[in-house]
Amino acid sequence: MTRRAYDDGRTAAYNYAYLDEQTKRMIRRALLKAVAVPGYQVPFGSREMPLARGWGTGGIQITAAIIGPADTLKVIDQGADDTTNAVSIRRFFERTAAARTTEATAAATIIQTRHRIPEQPLAAGQILVYQVPLPEPLRRLEPREAETRKMHAWAEYGLMHVRLYENIARFGEVTTTYDYPVAVNGRYVMAPSPIPKFDNPKMDMCPALQLFGAGREKRIYAVPPHTRVVSLDFEDHPFRIQSWTEPCGLCGATDTYLDEVVTDDRGGRMFVCSDSHHCETRRAEGHHGPMLAAAASIHLVEKEDAA
Amino acid sequence: MYVAVKGGEAAILATHELLAETRRGDPAVPEIAPAQIREQMGLAVARVMNEGSLYDPDLAALALKQAQGDTIEAAFLLRAYRTTLPRFGASLPLDTGAMAIRRRISAAYKDLPGGQVLGPTYDYTHRLFDFALEEGGETPALTPAPAPLAETMPRVPDILGQEGLMEAEAPPEGDPAPFDLTRASVSFPAGRDVRLQAMARGDEGFMLGLGYSTQRGYGNAHPFAGEIRLGEVAVSFVPEELGFAVDLGDLTLSECQMINQFAGSKDIPPQFTRGYGLAFGHAERKVMSMALVDRALKARDLGEAADYPAQQEEFVLYHADNVEAAGFVEHLKLPHYVDFQGELELIRRIRAEREARLAKGQDHLPEAAE
Amino acid sequence: MTLAVNPAQLGADPAPILSAGDVSRFYGERIGCAGVSFDLWPGEVLGIVGESGSGKSTLLRCLAGIDRPDQGEVRFAGRAGGMLDIFSVSEQERRAMMRTEWGIVHQNPRDGLRMHVSAGGNVGERLMDRGDRHYGRIRAAAADWLARVEIDPGRIDDRPVQFSGGMQQRLQIARVLVSGPRLVFMDEPTGGLDVSVQARLLDLVRVLVRDLGLAAIIVTHDLAVARLLTDRLMVMKAGRVVEQGLTDQVLDDPQHPYTQLLTSAILSA
Repeated sequence: MTRRAYDDGRTAAYNYAYLDEQTKRMIRRALLKAVAVPGYQVPFGSREMPLARGWGTGGIQITAAIIGPADTLKVIDQGADDTTNAVSIRRFFERTAAARTTEATAAATIIQTRHRIPEQPLAAGQILVYQVPLPEPLRRLEPREAETRKMHAWAEYGLMHVRLYENIARFGEVTTTYDYPVAVNGRYVMAPSPIPKFDNPKMDMCPALQLFGAGREKRIYAVPPHTRVVSLDFEDHPFRIQSWTEPCGLCGATDTYLDEVVTDDRGGRMFVCSDSHHCETRRAEGHHGPMLAAAASIHLVEKEDAA
Repeated sequence: MYVAVKGGEAAILATHELLAETRRGDPAVPEIAPAQIREQMGLAVARVMNEGSLYDPDLAALALKQAQGDTIEAAFLLRAYRTTLPRFGASLPLDTGAMAIRRRISAAYKDLPGGQVLGPTYDYTHRLFDFALEEGGETPALTPAPAPLAETMPRVPDILGQEGLMEAEAPPEGDPAPFDLTRASVSFPAGRDVRLQAMARGDEGFMLGLGYSTQRGYGNAHPFAGEIRLGEVAVSFVPEELGFAVDLGDLTLSECQMINQFAGSKDIPPQFTRGYGLAFGHAERKVMSMALVDRALKARDLGEAADYPAQQEEFVLYHADNVEAAGFVEHLKLPHYVDFQGELELIRRIRAEREARLAKGQDHLPEAAE
Repeated sequence: MTLAVNPAQLGADPAPILSAGDVSRFYGERIGCAGVSFDLWPGEVLGIVGESGSGKSTLLRCLAGIDRPDQGEVRFAGRAGGMLDIFSVSEQERRAMMRTEWGIVHQNPRDGLRMHVSAGGNVGERLMDRGDRHYGRIRAAAADWLARVEIDPGRIDDRPVQFSGGMQQRLQIARVLVSGPRLVFMDEPTGGLDVSVQARLLDLVRVLVRDLGLAAIIVTHDLAVARLLTDRLMVMKAGRVVEQGLTDQVLDDPQHPYTQLLTSAILSA
């Protein structure tokens, strides 16, 4: 089988960033169209990737199409750089594109993410690449693609509000907590990918370029810098985001999205920032949460001698 | 200061080592070679080549070994490799009429030119264990047939076509290059080229279930197995610099042509319609299932009602791809802490608000009425 | 035969709201409906009667913009004046007209309602379609319309699956009327209902159509329904109109042998 062995030592047999240049051009053309028509889902010839569908192949293809030797890449999943899939994708680009990687949000030129927007505001010149499982915000209301494309084309979005209406009628509020639909630039209704609705306001007028890739569903869409992104709501039931009654146990932040960590089997739990880099930065700046010592006892953090 | 404990990368590398050990199994048992898989597990190899969309028995066998016999994982390996291959061009259309036949049966005609050729099949075996296979040994020698097979074996739909009884299948106007669903995104309504491609690489189990559903009333099928054939077909290619066709080699193919009723319409007299299935290797169940669903998906073109899953192309095409399906089902293993936290926060708050309301004796909101 | 109707006689505007010209639709070699022409005036209620299979539902689907006729045209009075051929405008425009200018009450409520959306959501959908974004006002409008179709507004959060057949039909009517259409199509609106429920529904439809000054086209096989609700009748047989005229004239003095057969059947029943 030597004729086409491709083991770990032979990655040079692959093109820079894995995809061939033709494919990258095809993806870049789709990206340009997506930027030109904010929120519109552009079909593209999504390739089979060596990672499984649903595991970020859309985001990976976008990153592969835009990354260059001058870039610095950050990969997060659930807000953290160390979750297994983030590690796996970062390794992929280290291997195939010799990518310079970072965990520092501000130092990254490209941030590929699954399910979060970093807490630190993004800056002009940065690109946020979202991994998208289900790009069609109308899909759960209308299963047929031929029909949802018409609904987008003609901005027939009443049904979306019927869903919100039903939530309020039954629960007193909209019960969608993630992948909360938004209207982009006053035109297309868009799925922001399964980020918590907590992150939705960060998309609005963001100075960074936001690109969305759905590999399995073969769609690319985009929000250009400084574009209006409005979460759908009713005038008398305005959109609101999640809030917590306690601060981050590690860094004491009160304005971040928190993950719940179960600390024992007797109902003990603590809340910590989902954005691990942000939390760490705050701790390095001297912020301390009320649970820091307890977190060390369950090996969530460890004490490091000041170097 | 306290820093986060990180072990993701080390943990991932450790899983790779464990996987290699598990794959090998008991080292006291001799290791299997891809060539053994290729030669002795040919039907599994065929399935991996079909669902992996690449005719390469050696690589399919290696994929099966690497995937511990998991055909979907093996197909995934093959596809991820296939997508990186350069494209030199397209072959000339294959002529299955010129197939070197190993098996050819028709359920529509008792006898026909070329006759029925049973070939290698499990159809007439009794499903009793052959414990002699535990030991292994020599395979009994074949008894040669008294006469060679006929030179020509016309395809059954062609025989019907001479009478005008079978729907003609001409290429679309201008004979454009077929769609390639591995290079471009499918849109709907999808052409027949797209449908056939999607089904050819579709999961055999899914296609079987859908085909079966058309027989059981979820679709108005009255099929006859017009012909099923298995054998080798030559692949020809015209290199630009030569300008004439050269033979690249042979493919083993299975083909099924189902014959179905059609009442006719205002413009077309009553005639038979075709359901078509084609697959790499010996894959009869696959091509028969595919042919049933192909015919069901013609409902729209023929102006028939399309009420059942097998007749709805979006349903069939989007869900037949087992590599995509497996990826998305299995992505549920990825962390969803963030979204789950959102749901936790919501349900706790709604419950707290409800408790508070009930404590005050109010009930403005309806109970979650079910 | 054609009986000329003077719109002034009906107290209607002089311009038709809907005009059908030679509308024909085929199913394979079979005729669905053929050569149907008529004008419908604002505020007028037209009945289409005939046996099942006579082509009346096929005709209704063409008139309502659901199915494109193979021949002929259907023209609708645009808000800006002038008649629009509903099949030559874009699909987008046609869909918008189907949501705002006219509505369809289907024979089977499942075709006209979202069965797993609450009654309030069903009625409110058209308001949200046109851009209403105030939950309280949408809900108030829905409650008001539920009351007008005699559904207890206390059931606003119940779903149609929890309603009786008669309530489902009334909910469909509320869902259609909430956006103030000028024309309503009804396909066998009383089909499948008990006699007492039918009477109540017919009474409701009669009052609503009169109060709102709606034009309506009602397909029915039931001549009693036609007599109670309609101003004018078209009798269909084998896809063609065999007789049309004022309802009382057609029913009391039928000219065509087929109409005579239909009316005698109901008399002797």
